[in-house]
Parts: sequence; structure tokens; C-alpha cells
Amino acid sequence: MKYHWNWGIFFEQIKYGDETYLSWLISGLGWTVAVSLASWVIALLLGFAIGTVRTTPRTWLVRLGNAYVELFRNIPLLVQMFLWFFVVPEFLPRNLSLWVKQEMPAKEFVTATVCLGLFTSARIAEQVRAGIQSLPRGQRMAGLAMGLTLPQTYRYILLPMAFRIIIPPLTSEFMNVFKNSSVAFAIGVLELTFQARQMQEDSEQGIETYLAVTVLYFVCAFIANRMMAFIEKRSRVPGYIAAAK
Amino acid sequence: MIYRFRLSLFLLAGLLATTPAFAQELSGTLKKVKESGTIVMGIRESSYPLSYLDDKQQPIGYHIEICNKIVEAVKRELEANLKVQHQPVTSQNRIPLVTNGTVDIECGSTTNNEARQKQVAFAVTTFVTNVRMVVKKASGITSLSQLDGKPVATTSGTTSVQLMRAHEKGKNVNFKEVYGKDHADSFLLLETDRAVAFVMDDNLLAGLVTSSKNPQEYAIVGEVLNIEPIAIMMRKDDPAFKKIADDTIRGLIKSGEIEKLYNKWFLSPIPPKNVNMNFAMSETLKGLIKNPSDAPAEFYNKK
Repeated sequence: MKYHWNWGIFFEQIKYGDETYLSWLISGLGWTVAVSLASWVIALLLGFAIGTVRTTPRTWLVRLGNAYVELFRNIPLLVQMFLWFFVVPEFLPRNLSLWVKQEMPAKEFVTATVCLGLFTSARIAEQVRAGIQSLPRGQRMAGLAMGLTLPQTYRYILLPMAFRIIIPPLTSEFMNVFKNSSVAFAIGVLELTFQARQMQEDSEQGIETYLAVTVLYFVCAFIANRMMAFIEKRSRVPGYIAAAK
Repeated sequence: MIYRFRLSLFLLAGLLATTPAFAQELSGTLKKVKESGTIVMGIRESSYPLSYLDDKQQPIGYHIEICNKIVEAVKRELEANLKVQHQPVTSQNRIPLVTNGTVDIECGSTTNNEARQKQVAFAVTTFVTNVRMVVKKASGITSLSQLDGKPVATTSGTTSVQLMRAHEKGKNVNFKEVYGKDHADSFLLLETDRAVAFVMDDNLLAGLVTSSKNPQEYAIVGEVLNIEPIAIMMRKDDPAFKKIADDTIRGLIKSGEIEKLYNKWFLSPIPPKNVNMNFAMSETLKGLIKNPSDAPAEFYNKK
């Protein structure tokens, strides 16, 4: 294979301008982290709320929660991006629609964050439900029998334990958020994948570009993994599931 | 036994002597093609009208026809009946596929520029595109200077992204760039008023406009941001193969056939929808037909 290797490409100047290719990748990394963390916050808040609701005795709430999870779980992420970006604004009143499409600040970032947040929240909701249902039925009964209200039972007994049980799948989910954020390039967020495509087109050093980007994604996901491992260690309850090892 | 061996050697020598093409040993692409009996043509699925698939999923187009002529010339040179295999490529994978040997000759819509010449070689230029913009006629926009502060679309991973940024710096205007992931998406950005203009190669814009719902709503306007020579691509450092390609194209130019091909694909109705692109030959291409050249884009855009 006659490939012209050039590892120095990252420090070379781009074709029209004075930045280097490295500065492109770094700014891309910045947006990747921003989209990922912002959508992770949305996903955690909504995911815990909806997951919890799905284990309550209120049938209509359970159904609503189930519908939400199935809606966001059954549509591919890329399609959801396009739906939020291209389709949803068309249903708004004419002026608001034009504002969203042309004037709204950071519209690609906002759309991508909301979309990725909701998508991930459905997955977290499912894990939270599973976590709560894995607790012995007696815990809920005991809480209620002691005179705690239902919200109190959740707040003081069920959720703290469920959270600890689902830390391993949550870790995967946190790592997934970083990797899934790459789909945001499709609606024009200037994140890492976007910059990689741009750099490969501009420099024609595609192999170096994608190897560098692979390493950057790996590092992001790995840091996420270590952070969750730290939380898992610090939050474990001696003598209970998470304390194994 | 020995007698037979000698005879066969003798016959072999005679065979070699009568086919001058084999007097010098084959190398590079010609060798590979001869040995495998197959030549792999890289094609695009929707680069109208240069290289695209018709309604029967067969590759057709201006560059496909030129490539078929080159393949014929290769067959004559090798005196072999080659099998032609079509391999769809994208703008992301076309260069790696050529350098790693999957594709022998890429017949798509690739700009010949200096960065790419480090990886691959190009035949003499067969088409020239100008980077311009398409707008909705109703917007009244006719120049890039009217786009200050307005959303302008282009496709991510294309040279137009950088051309727009360079233009902003040079002319002190500020676009709000919006990016589609492919040309169809970028056109959708314009169609749905997310952008007031879409900057791209003018032949691609013309193709998108003709295949849009209301072609008469759009106009291609404004300054030329860049002149880009489009050429057939092959592996680097393979002079024998490049010579066949170049000679074939020069032959088409000399016989006037290239103009006929241009008229067929750019100025007459073409499949699958039988629409006419009405895309007159640019001055740069007319000049290149008088004096064929494989100079990169940088040569035409000296500042």
C-alpha cells in the first residue's frame, strides 16, 4: 500500500488560515465533552424520574413511563437527531419556526444535547426500573409499614440501594454518551467526528486523523469509566451487593 | 524431454518477440490488472452527471464513458480480455481505496489538488467546477457580501467549508455557517429556510436544483470562490498506466469526441428523470481542452 505517512500533520497549518490541525481536533474535543456532559445531566435527571415512576403503584404513571421509554428506545439515534432538527421546528408557528431555524443561539448544540439526553434517559429509566425491582419486596413494605410515605420510602430506602446496584450499567451508559455524541456531526455540531472529517478532507492524511480521533474517544470513555469506578467504590455499603471484592 | 523443453523455450521467445508490448516488463497497475484479469473501476452513486447509478443500478455518466474508453485502451495494451468490476466509493473512502489497491481507476468527481497529489495521481483534467452558491430567487441575494450575519449552508468534510472561512477573513464578513452531512442534507437546509444560501461546486448545485421539487425557485449566483479541476484518479508513481489514461483523453480531445460527450451529459436530457442540466462548458474547461493539463486546483487559484 502506497500511503504517504505524515505524523507531523497535526502541527501543520491548515490550508486557508493560521490554526493547526491539532487546534481543530482540540476544539472538536471541547464540543464533544460539552454535548456529552450536558446530555448526561438531562439523561440522569429524566432517567431517574421516569424509571422511578415506572415502579410506583399508579398504573397510568407506569403506562406513561413505559410509553416514553419505548418511544425513545425504538428509534435510531441518528433518525432522532434528524427528527428534532428538521421535523420538529416545522410544526411550530411560522415566526417561532423561523427563529428556531435561523436565529436561535447554538441551535445545533441545543438540539443535539436535548436529543442525546432524551435518548439516553430512556435507557437509564429502564436500568433504574430494573434496579428498583431487583430489591426484595420486603424493603418497600417495611418502609411503608414504618409509617414512611411512598415518596419517603423511595427517597430513603429504595433509591439509595437501587442506585448502587445499577452503577455498572450506568457506567456503560456514561461511556456511551461520549461515543454516541459523534452522531451530532450529522446536524452540524462542530464536534470531534466533524473535525476529523474536515481534517481528513483538507489534509488527505486520513489514517493519522482517524487514529488520533480513536485515541481521543477512547480516552474520554476511559476517564468516564474511571470516574464511575471511583463513585462505585466510594458509595458502596459494607456487607451489601456493591461491596464485593 | 530436453528437446521439448528447448522447443517450448524457443516458442516462448518467439511469442515475446512478436508482442512488443511485453518487451518491457509490466509494473504497477498494468501488472496487477494483467495478473488478476480484472480492472476495478471506482464509481459514485450520485455525482450527477459525472458518475451515478441509473434506474437499473448501472453506473453511467460523463466520467464513466471516459473511463470505459481508458479501459478499452488498457485491454488493447495488454491484449487481454479484462473483466470490469464496479466498486462504489464515497468522498471519504475514495483515496484510501485507490492507494490500498482496491480500486484501480476512480471515475467519480474528485478535485485534483496539491494535498491529494501526495497520495494519488490524476489523469488530465476532464471537467472544471466553480465553487458558487445557490439561493432562493425570492431572497434577492446575488452576492456573497449580502450574506453578512446570515446562515449559510455547506456540506461538512468538503473543501467549501474552508473556502467560506477564508472568504470571511478576507472580506471581513461573518456568515453563520450551518453544516449538512451530505449535499442532499445541505440542500434541505436551504429548502427549509435554515440557510439562505448553500455554497458548493456549481455542477452539484445545478444537479440538486434540477432534481428538486421546484427547480424554478432557485438560482446559482455570486462570485466564484474557487476553480476546481475534476479528474479521473489513479495510483501515484505509475507512469505507464497514467500514460494510457492521458493518451486516451488526449485522443478524445483531438477527435472532438469529448465535446460530444460533454453535450450528451451536460446539455441534453439525461436518465433517470430525463432532465437537462443545461450546464454550459466553463471558460477554464474550454482552455483545458485546447491545452490538456493535470495541474492541481492551486494552479488556477493563485492569489
